[in-house]
Amino acid sequence: MEHVACVGAGMTIFSRRLKETGKEMCYEAVRMALEEAELELKDIDTVVCGTAPDAFDGIHMKGENLLDGCGGSKKTYMRVFTGGGTGVLAPIAGWWHVASGLSDVCLVVCEEKMSSCFPHPQSAFAHIWDPILERPLNPNLVWIFAMEMNRYMHVHNIKKEDIALVSVKNKKNALDHPSAQLAANITVDDVLNSEVMAWPVQRLDISPPSDGAAAMIFAREDVVHSITDNPVWVEGVGWCIDSTMWTNRDLYFPQYVAKAAKMAYRMAGIHNPFKDIDVAEPYDPFDYKELHHMEGLLLCKKGEAANLTKEGVTQRDGDLPTCPSGGLLGVGNPIAATMGVKACEIYWQLAGKAGKRQVPDARTGVCQAWGDLMQYGSVMVMRS
Amino acid sequence: MEKYPGEALSLEEMKKVTQEKWSPRVKYAWSCGEAMSRFLNELKKGKLIGRKCHTCGRVIFPPKMFCEICFKPTDEWVYLPDTGTVMTYSASYLDKDANRITEPILVGVIAIDGASEDMGIMHYFGEMTADEITFGKKVQAVWKPEKERTGSVTDIKWFKPLKE
Repeated sequence: MEHVACVGAGMTIFSRRLKETGKEMCYEAVRMALEEAELELKDIDTVVCGTAPDAFDGIHMKGENLLDGCGGSKKTYMRVFTGGGTGVLAPIAGWWHVASGLSDVCLVVCEEKMSSCFPHPQSAFAHIWDPILERPLNPNLVWIFAMEMNRYMHVHNIKKEDIALVSVKNKKNALDHPSAQLAANITVDDVLNSEVMAWPVQRLDISPPSDGAAAMIFAREDVVHSITDNPVWVEGVGWCIDSTMWTNRDLYFPQYVAKAAKMAYRMAGIHNPFKDIDVAEPYDPFDYKELHHMEGLLLCKKGEAANLTKEGVTQRDGDLPTCPSGGLLGVGNPIAATMGVKACEIYWQLAGKAGKRQVPDARTGVCQAWGDLMQYGSVMVMRS
Repeated sequence: MEKYPGEALSLEEMKKVTQEKWSPRVKYAWSCGEAMSRFLNELKKGKLIGRKCHTCGRVIFPPKMFCEICFKPTDEWVYLPDTGTVMTYSASYLDKDANRITEPILVGVIAIDGASEDMGIMHYFGEMTADEITFGKKVQAVWKPEKERTGSVTDIKWFKPLKE
């Protein structure tokens, strides 16, 4: 298996609405990544596109539609899609193109344009529910997260005000991110007093729908050194999916994330994740999800993530900074394009290119994404 | 790089850019398959039914014709009581299109009695307020009158507190 490094990344701003088309957003993110790596499109031999439900854009075969903006025309090209998990599965797919020896330099592009679906992209989410058991009940996607959050709070006796600290931290971290859609200085009370959407989920517990794109470039070891003297190596990858029957499992712990993490840690030779990892980007579409995923990533014991947050351990200057980017809560949640605040962020952190967001002395990092019907986990470990 | 690419638009600005509009006009009809067809037809009769796997011993609910763990056919139909336990719940102020509603929809996961651990379905709660729903509460299905049943999960109106 070839050793693979990330040599460049780029992303657009994240916004509720962007003027650019999907193709144009992809083009902008790719241009930025190429410029960072000082490469041209001709240097790329394979392209992976990650983009989530076709229903948002109203365009089937979205991967094909985005092709030109992704720089994939007349190249070896494929689309991958695992719902919200795409943000880390797409760079994993980039890794396997190169690790297999099939590709020297692979470009990964992730895109989502949720604003095309109006008045609200929630209506498109209706299409993911089971047509027989669930759709007749007219569910809203927020319901399942509310039920998962409630179960998690109940099993570990975690208070809402402790969970709200995640939202406060991530929205504050996002003040330092040039792409941020919802960066703000807020308080725990602001979260607790915000509109109740589906109890216990309130408005400031939740990330927004967004438009955006992100790109990463992966290269094989024997060409990496001709591209950069500051590569960030992919050391471990893992992914795992549980049954679509989310009502047939206890929601308090994401076993599928833990399985994906163990797969990635085994490959990276990580035995004590809390000690060995310097910076983490767990998937945070909701504030409780950051905690849920820290536990799934085995960064702490079950039920302990809220305490670590309370003690400041997960702040940028803490022992285990989580979501230094500002995450989905602060920067935005363009489903697949969240690669920009997960895999791209860990790359920038480990390359020392995270600017005002830089975590000091970060050598090993982990990012994770989560999706489909609360069933999918994808994990990547990187090292500089 | 100080400024990242992209031009953010407000809702008002969005209406002013050149747009093309389209609405999908498609309909779907799903074949329910052997397990779900029996399940829905039993609902019409006011009954819950699951499938037992003799290999792992699990009573699977909602029923499946194959056990996804043993990866073999399941072996027998098992009628189950219409009672269960609240595993989790929410009170939603959002309808399916994210419109705000004032009377919350009470919804949760009910693990059905007689099925294996964690074998639940999503459904509504009724005849109680949001404050009266608790974890582990015993509940019972409230059925529509027989004439109004269509062979759908909505043949159950909601789950109400079980009076022992």
